[in-house]
Amino acid sequence: MSHTVINLDTRASAESYGAEAKPRVGFFTDTSLCIGCKACEVACKEWNAVPASPGGFTGESYDNTGALGANSWRHVAFIEQRRRLGVEEAGPGSLVQTAALEDLRSRTAIEPRVEDGFRWLMSSDVCKHCTEAACLDVCPTGALFRTEFGTVVVQEDVCNGCGYCIPACPFGVIDQRHDDGRAWKCTLCYDRLKDDQEPACAQACPTASIQFGEHEQLRARARERVKDLHDQGVPDARLYGEDPGDGVGGFGAFFLLLDEPEVYGLPPDPLVTTRHLAGTWRAAGLAAVAVAGAIAGAFLGGRG
Amino acid sequence: MSAVAVRDQRPAPRSYYGRPVLKQPVWTWEIPLYFISGGVSGGSAGLAFAAGVAGNEILAKRAQLAAFGAIAVSPALLISDLGRPERFLNMLRVFKPSSPMSVGSWLLAANGAATAIATLGVFTGKAPRLTRASGAAAAALGMPLTTYTAVLIANTAVPLWHEGRHELPFVFGGSSAAGAGALAALITPHEHAGPARRLAAIGTVIEGAASQLMERRLGHLAEPLRSGHAGRLAGAAKILTTSGAVLTGVLGARRPRTARAGAAMVLAGEVVERWSVFRAGFQSAADPAYTIGPQRARRSDDACA
Repeated sequence: MSHTVINLDTRASAESYGAEAKPRVGFFTDTSLCIGCKACEVACKEWNAVPASPGGFTGESYDNTGALGANSWRHVAFIEQRRRLGVEEAGPGSLVQTAALEDLRSRTAIEPRVEDGFRWLMSSDVCKHCTEAACLDVCPTGALFRTEFGTVVVQEDVCNGCGYCIPACPFGVIDQRHDDGRAWKCTLCYDRLKDDQEPACAQACPTASIQFGEHEQLRARARERVKDLHDQGVPDARLYGEDPGDGVGGFGAFFLLLDEPEVYGLPPDPLVTTRHLAGTWRAAGLAAVAVAGAIAGAFLGGRG
Repeated sequence: MSAVAVRDQRPAPRSYYGRPVLKQPVWTWEIPLYFISGGVSGGSAGLAFAAGVAGNEILAKRAQLAAFGAIAVSPALLISDLGRPERFLNMLRVFKPSSPMSVGSWLLAANGAATAIATLGVFTGKAPRLTRASGAAAAALGMPLTTYTAVLIANTAVPLWHEGRHELPFVFGGSSAAGAGALAALITPHEHAGPARRLAAIGTVIEGAASQLMERRLGHLAEPLRSGHAGRLAGAAKILTTSGAVLTGVLGARRPRTARAGAAMVLAGEVVERWSVFRAGFQSAADPAYTIGPQRARRSDDACA
């Protein structure tokens, strides 16, 4: 065996696959193009045979999925904001807008507050397939592994449902399936990748909001897209998870957002806690010495 | 709930319909019980070894029995918590230094074997050299067994557990030492249990001091330890352990019944204490403010720098 046994580094790397290694792939989810159709949610469920996840009516805009979980591997978020849309908005007083507002007034007697503006953000969330993946790091059985494509996948025949990956994920992606006991999440359609097919969600997306491809190409395309949006007068556009310098070494599946990440339910500065693990073990070692000292001390104060 | 009240004073960070960013752990009641059973076993193995060295054979034997009893229930608790209990052996499928649970599984397996051999030897009187070596090994492996579960929970995205990573091992270690001392004081004749009573008191002091330090350093992130279900548990634990330590460690020196009552209070208090840290983690994960607030502050610092 040539590999070292003690190795805390699980960075995305397909090197260990040797000749079978493939270029790293991922998603670029451009939320400025999302129309909230949820075709990605449906395609994912169908292809991966993910059980139904009826959550009832939430009243949270058009979102009745709520969050990613064991039975929701794509989740479309809907955010309603009293803010001007920006460049996409029809100008105030335009023929289209005036006609639409007149129609609304005459039929419903609602007086729209046009001056505040209104925008509806939509974003299809997914597992980030982190470069430094906390779920993979903490998995004690080796069920979670790094594929030859640089993605992170659970082997369902190995997972024993210990649940450690669930609070370890800084995005709250992976979760336990209650009737099954094991942990489940997006596989980036590992089976389809093996057959040179793109993941089901990306294929189903009608607006190219979900773009699948080689990671490096996607990153270059995303940086271009942000520049274009800024030039077109959308200063809010920003990339999330594209930077390899972030707390998880960059995401395999990253995003273009139109507001702060937390507005979409995403952590603004996620961190893989493995980076602090050595220091935590040091504290535990010192504490173990303190326990030994306490035991020794207990025999000093009196006669045995 | 008071978590909401505190958030009213502090501007709540933006979030997605107030939904949590993180998933709450799925661990059930077996896990906090294991935190204490594993810790008490490790502490008891250390106490048994030290008592043997000090020539207190009666205390050594009782503490050895306590170490064995506590380690015997531990795997049962852990297996019962698994989503797929029949696959428990997968825990020993690999050795993974990046997973404190993997390291802990091997530690528990090794410590359990050493404790079992030592206990068998102590009570049959056979193979004295193997018994002594196993007892020493169980004591040595028992020390990290008292603290590694703190590393396990600290190595998660749960804000309270992760940010408390410097103090939590001392909280758990002190609590394990106190529990081991208290258990031995309960089952050992009073005149031989002096060191056990003192260990119960010293452990309580270490645990209490580390908890105080952690709460002060974490500021509002430690709110879950003071509010809701976890807060009530933490309050009860503090009263039980502190008064129990005084009863058994100070007033109980010449009063066997007082000492036993105090030891029972310390042991119960340490169980409740682990429970409160466990439940507080759930509360910490459930409120997006604890996740988003510090991260947002961190990013603003970066922007200023």
